[in-house]
Amino acid sequence: MTPFPLLLEAILGKYGAYLVFLVIGFAFGYVLEIAGFGNSKKLAAQFYFTEMTVLKVMFTAIVVAMVSIFGASALGLLDVNLIWVNPTYLWPGILGGVIMGIGFILGGFCPGTSLVALSTLKVDGAFYVLGVFFGIFVFGETVDLFDVFWNSSYMGRITLDQVFGIPTGWVVLGVVLMALFMFWGSEQLERIFGGMDPSSAPKLRYVGAGVLVAMAGAGLLIGQPTVADRWASLEAEKSAELAAREVQLQPGEVLHLMHDPRLKLVLLDVRQEAEYNLFHLADAEHVALEQIASIVPALQLEPSNTVFLLMSNDELAATEAWKVLVALSVPNVYILEGGINGWLEAFAGEDTRILPISEPVGEDKLRFTFEQALGAAYHCAEPDPHDYDLEYEERLKLELKRGPTGGGCG
Amino acid sequence: MTAKTSGIKVALKSFFSQREEKPYVNPYLGGGLLGLVLFFSFFVTGNGLGASGGVNRILVFVEDLLVPDHVDRTPYLIKLAGGDLNPLESWIVPVTLGVLLGGFVSGWLNGRVKVETRKGPRVSKQTRWLFAFVGGAFMGYGARFARGCTSGQALSGGATLSAGSWGVMFAIFGGAYILAYFVRRLWT
Repeated sequence: MTPFPLLLEAILGKYGAYLVFLVIGFAFGYVLEIAGFGNSKKLAAQFYFTEMTVLKVMFTAIVVAMVSIFGASALGLLDVNLIWVNPTYLWPGILGGVIMGIGFILGGFCPGTSLVALSTLKVDGAFYVLGVFFGIFVFGETVDLFDVFWNSSYMGRITLDQVFGIPTGWVVLGVVLMALFMFWGSEQLERIFGGMDPSSAPKLRYVGAGVLVAMAGAGLLIGQPTVADRWASLEAEKSAELAAREVQLQPGEVLHLMHDPRLKLVLLDVRQEAEYNLFHLADAEHVALEQIASIVPALQLEPSNTVFLLMSNDELAATEAWKVLVALSVPNVYILEGGINGWLEAFAGEDTRILPISEPVGEDKLRFTFEQALGAAYHCAEPDPHDYDLEYEERLKLELKRGPTGGGCG
Repeated sequence: MTAKTSGIKVALKSFFSQREEKPYVNPYLGGGLLGLVLFFSFFVTGNGLGASGGVNRILVFVEDLLVPDHVDRTPYLIKLAGGDLNPLESWIVPVTLGVLLGGFVSGWLNGRVKVETRKGPRVSKQTRWLFAFVGGAFMGYGARFARGCTSGQALSGGATLSAGSWGVMFAIFGGAYILAYFVRRLWT
């Protein structure tokens, strides 16, 4: 199992975790200050090409962090599925970005840098922070006027490698090269508009550029771990859980969970679409087994009290899907014990439109015939829990979600 | 007075007296260090960095003290402080406090903590303050609109290759560059 990120609250307690965040914030503020980000003139100079510090600092930081994150992931140290990736709301993000750009050039700061300016007693920084408070206050009061737009163009957790359809390693290398090109361009602009001499800058920066390209290249060669790699690192532990039947929920427990308001039960049906159309559990979503990995980013954004339940006719396909989701670090994934066949045996009894097939049908095949393809309109798609008193063994154990729960800008 | 206590006194005095202002570090070095902080944050906690979120929660905390009924009726605020929710209970709040502390300590050690106003040569202090406030208001509004500011979106989302964050980043630079020419009196 990949050791990072840590489940901080479980290790250190809530306040211990807050202490870690305080230290991270301290380092953040310290570095912003020594880079000159507490100085509005230095920040605004970016937009008149006289001093490109903002671009240099920001893109160096992005590239260093990016190469390290995906390098650590390639080495199997960090699970990128567990780190917070800002979900994409394309147009609200772009409009908000333009508004921020206006604020940046008028006021000379962004929120983080204005806090640093305030802490070093810059009066313009103090006025800016007051303005930020005011702007946020106005936003909170007005967002409900345009919440349809604000929640529009939602694409979930989507990263550049998915947008361009190329492996992550190539995107990382491409971003490094683009940043180096922008640094070169910045130094030219500073020479033309700012009268600075690029040859006086330390030669060490070429070494830094070389190291970044080498790290990105190494990450590309090793490659990001595939689903199979990830499963291989978990197999010993997780196969035992499968064999001990710790992750197969019996129909009685599932019926109970369907009506437990404290949980969000997500039902994923990985059978053939035709079988799904004949009959499926109420609110079950159809996902083809081959496509199960593609929905993981969406599953990662579900709240921490979500239970994912996979089902096929028996258990074979559902177990394969379970392995994929577990390998991709989705928490609280279970399999419907006995599959849809088991469910129908338990609940379809009195429905004369559903008849069992007496001869053997083979493993993971539907053992019932249906009068019509009614999907979830059969009564047994959503049995009344008061009508049944099934014995079952409680197997659900909610695990804490590693990585960020709230995420983003809080 | 013993020699020992006077030694401490001298040390304290030199610590709290005005230090010589030192130059900023090379931007590539500063950026590299910032990148390592950002990586460490993702590596250990799974979260990136942020600033406007913490300011938001501190603001909502005050609103919840003053007008709790209003907070409980406004959908956007309910999520942060509705009912028993404490808006300060979030990882972003200690990060934000840390930024203030870290900025101060660095400024102190490098002789840059002093009451002053940084501005372009052609505007008065009062004009600078007014535009700082107005700019801050735009920034605060836009940061919430985009669900994160330069730190939470451009920096953290940029490093994790979030498609939307790259859009936000280019929009920030684009907006600022387009307006820069028209407000050049403020800065040049």
